[in-house]
Amino acid sequence: MKLKALPTSIAVLVLSALVLGACAAPAPAAAPAAAAPEATAAPAATEAPAPTAVPAATEAPAATEAPAAGGKLKILYWQAVTTLNPHLGTGTKDFDGATVILEPLARRNELDELVPYLAAEIPSVANGGIAADGTSVTWKLRPGLKWSDGSDFTIDDIIFTWDYCKDEATACTTLSNFQPIKAIDAIDATTVKITWTEPRADPFISFVGAQGMVLQKKQYGACIGGAALTDAACQAANIAPIGTNAYKLKDFKPGDVVLYDRNPNFRDADKVYFDEVEIKGGGDATSAARAVCETGEVDFSWNLQIPKAVLEPILAAGKCDSIAGGSFGVERVVVNFANPDPALGDKRSEPDQPHPFLVDLAVRKAINLAIDRQAIADQMYGPTGEPTCNTLVVPEAVNSPNTKCDRDVDAAKKLLDDAGWVLNGSVREKGGVKLITTLVTSINTLRQGEQAIIKSNLAEIGVQVNLKAIDAGVYFSGDQSNPDTLNKFYSDLQMYTNGPDGTDPQAYLQGWTCAEMNSSANKWQKGNDGRYCSKDYDALYAQLKGEMDPAKRAEIAIQMNDVLSNDVAIIPLINRRTPNGKLKTLLGPTYNTFDSSLWNIAAWSR
Amino acid sequence: MSNYILRRVLLSVPTLLAISAIIFAILALAPGDPLSQLALNPGIPESTRQLIRTQFGLDDPWPVRYWKWLTSLLRGDWGFSFSSRSPVIDIVMQRVPQTLQVVGFAYLLAVVLAIPIGILAAVRQYSWFDQLATVFSFVGFSVPSFFTGLLLMLVFAVRLKWFPIVYDSLLGFGSGAEVMAQLRQMAMPVTVLVVQQTAALTRFTRSAMLDNLGQNYVRTARAKGLPYQRVVLRHVFSNSLTPIVTLVAISIPTIFGGAIITENLFRVNGLGALLITSINNSDTPVVMALSFVFAVLMVFSNLVADVMYGVLDPRVRYD
Repeated sequence: MKLKALPTSIAVLVLSALVLGACAAPAPAAAPAAAAPEATAAPAATEAPAPTAVPAATEAPAATEAPAAGGKLKILYWQAVTTLNPHLGTGTKDFDGATVILEPLARRNELDELVPYLAAEIPSVANGGIAADGTSVTWKLRPGLKWSDGSDFTIDDIIFTWDYCKDEATACTTLSNFQPIKAIDAIDATTVKITWTEPRADPFISFVGAQGMVLQKKQYGACIGGAALTDAACQAANIAPIGTNAYKLKDFKPGDVVLYDRNPNFRDADKVYFDEVEIKGGGDATSAARAVCETGEVDFSWNLQIPKAVLEPILAAGKCDSIAGGSFGVERVVVNFANPDPALGDKRSEPDQPHPFLVDLAVRKAINLAIDRQAIADQMYGPTGEPTCNTLVVPEAVNSPNTKCDRDVDAAKKLLDDAGWVLNGSVREKGGVKLITTLVTSINTLRQGEQAIIKSNLAEIGVQVNLKAIDAGVYFSGDQSNPDTLNKFYSDLQMYTNGPDGTDPQAYLQGWTCAEMNSSANKWQKGNDGRYCSKDYDALYAQLKGEMDPAKRAEIAIQMNDVLSNDVAIIPLINRRTPNGKLKTLLGPTYNTFDSSLWNIAAWSR
Repeated sequence: MSNYILRRVLLSVPTLLAISAIIFAILALAPGDPLSQLALNPGIPESTRQLIRTQFGLDDPWPVRYWKWLTSLLRGDWGFSFSSRSPVIDIVMQRVPQTLQVVGFAYLLAVVLAIPIGILAAVRQYSWFDQLATVFSFVGFSVPSFFTGLLLMLVFAVRLKWFPIVYDSLLGFGSGAEVMAQLRQMAMPVTVLVVQQTAALTRFTRSAMLDNLGQNYVRTARAKGLPYQRVVLRHVFSNSLTPIVTLVAISIPTIFGGAIITENLFRVNGLGALLITSINNSDTPVVMALSFVFAVLMVFSNLVADVMYGVLDPRVRYD
């Protein structure tokens, strides 16, 4: 009798524990009750299976409160916003988080055209805004602009933002956008003139797009220099900026979630649809895609950078649209013109050490011809990328129509044969030099897939490829003491994505000029990691620098792209169109190449 | 006893200094850059990144940086986070409630479940209940959390739509509906953690109980005519508590270490998720703060476990 009592009492203990456990995992019947508040937040959303009887009582009052417009817009990023001061941002997510609050003078839309934001109109040579000699640009502002705290927006705020970032001690990420400015003058209350240190063809480098948002002088006035980082008031301001855009900050947990609500002082406050916007961060891209396309918990999901095989079934669930377009950058294989042989010691990959076989144009051309871009696009990218032969693909005006890169293995073999590279076993060689290469890239499922395709492609023409993958944190770190960075490029071939930062390609194209070659002398801090150097290209670059006419500049840019292609200075593979996902009911989001994905968030609606 | 505690506390100072120096050195030697996400952006040239590294003091040799970190810590200043440019302490404190709510609750639940299961499994050794408990422990022990997590997510969030994928840390406990929503979003991460932790604890309790069940004093107690239930719970269980308490006490700091994989998977932005993103972003001050607090808790809970020995086992004396 007593022997039996023990299991009973233990069973009671276990049972009570299970009851506790059940609180954490409520029975399905409880779910609809919890769904009710969500349904008010997102009226068009997802809790359709909820039994009608239960939520009716709770939903009725909510329905009278919520107008046709309103509710909460839920955005999901798999990288969380960590600061809302865009000038101190450390990633796209920070610029996007700040975009909901702050505004530049103008932004780029999905067609890469300028749209005025704080400005009343876009300056042009015709309206006298752009000085014909390229020395200055004059912006007209919208009259009567207000900050969300009710104070007036003035030109002082613009001048202040420049003062703030031009001080190197502030450590602005956006410094290079402010460096070309010599002076900013207020012509009158709504006219501001920016004078450049030297004539420049692209007047839209400063105060345009995600890197040009204007900070409030009143809030950040005491934060110039080191104080931006160490002063308590400035630290508080960095995570709670006052802005001019449609929403203002309500709550922010750095590295987690940002909640915004309506800015009553916004110039078009009555046209703003949502009451609240939430940007949640963290997790991984795959479950972010599921949250918008399969469960419909969120309205918008950023940068669904997932291999095709995983992404396509998720998109097929039918709840979402993927918004892909423009260019996220061109995935390319960079050819090393310098010799990365470790035996060279300090001279490794220095520009004065020519590569034993990659300096041979025939070898580079053969590699270019042998790589199966279409297979990479079809197998790895699907909707998120398409093959390209160009280094420069955006804006459309500079996307060269002259290049061709169809796969032709026989032509590649013939090129190598003619150049005297003969097959010895499975690898070609000439004068004791074997065509054995190492292809380095970052650790990433997509890239390892690409590596495998390239390896088998090149094996067909007798070029052996050894593969190496480096942690992205190291590979992209620029760390001078680490041998595995892309800047040092201690291998024969390397693969990554890059693209121009603005519609003007000059800064991007500068990255293949002789002066930009990475070397130990410049601590590998320039842009030319392939150590490519060509007189023709440099001459074209000098011409581009001096040209002010946009049409002629586009022509020169195309010529420069073609020089790179014909010379096989790099091997462009894929134009990446990393998609965002949105619920079918959400209106407004577009793709965007040169600005934030949230550039037009004030106009989003259901 | 108080002498012993004082001695242990004093001894822990050099231990903690050594731990912090080693962590700092490892972080300093590990490659990485706070701006590596913006690498290659032609609008943010290498020179800007270098400038920012200099402003953050990353160019100094690591012993100098460690000394600066240590001296400001002694003044109560944890520094500022590189990625949010706001005080580290605020960021860390913001994460504590979520970790306690999910990881802490899961741990509590695991202890409450595991001890009775372990006792019953030991008392009824080789019964069907014991076999079942063993199978479950081994499954829970050997299946990694990223797998159970993904599985739960696919079944309960994507297919059945019972629970949300996205954890909402802005939810409060204000109304009944909010509490329900909290429970719904906690369900999956808590389940993953409970399955793992219960497994280990159950096995531990079971073997501790089995060690004692065969002892002579159990037979004596039974021979005196004490009820079996009383013998098991009062005599055997009390004597088996020492190793269990040690395990429980030493595991408590791991609650504050967060559950890196589970938190990340379910977007519970607790301390574990903060640690891993900070490591990825080379946000040294945050990583230092988290790992140092963790080290302090570890040393402290070891001390607590040792003191508990004395309380639980009269044979242990600290003098």
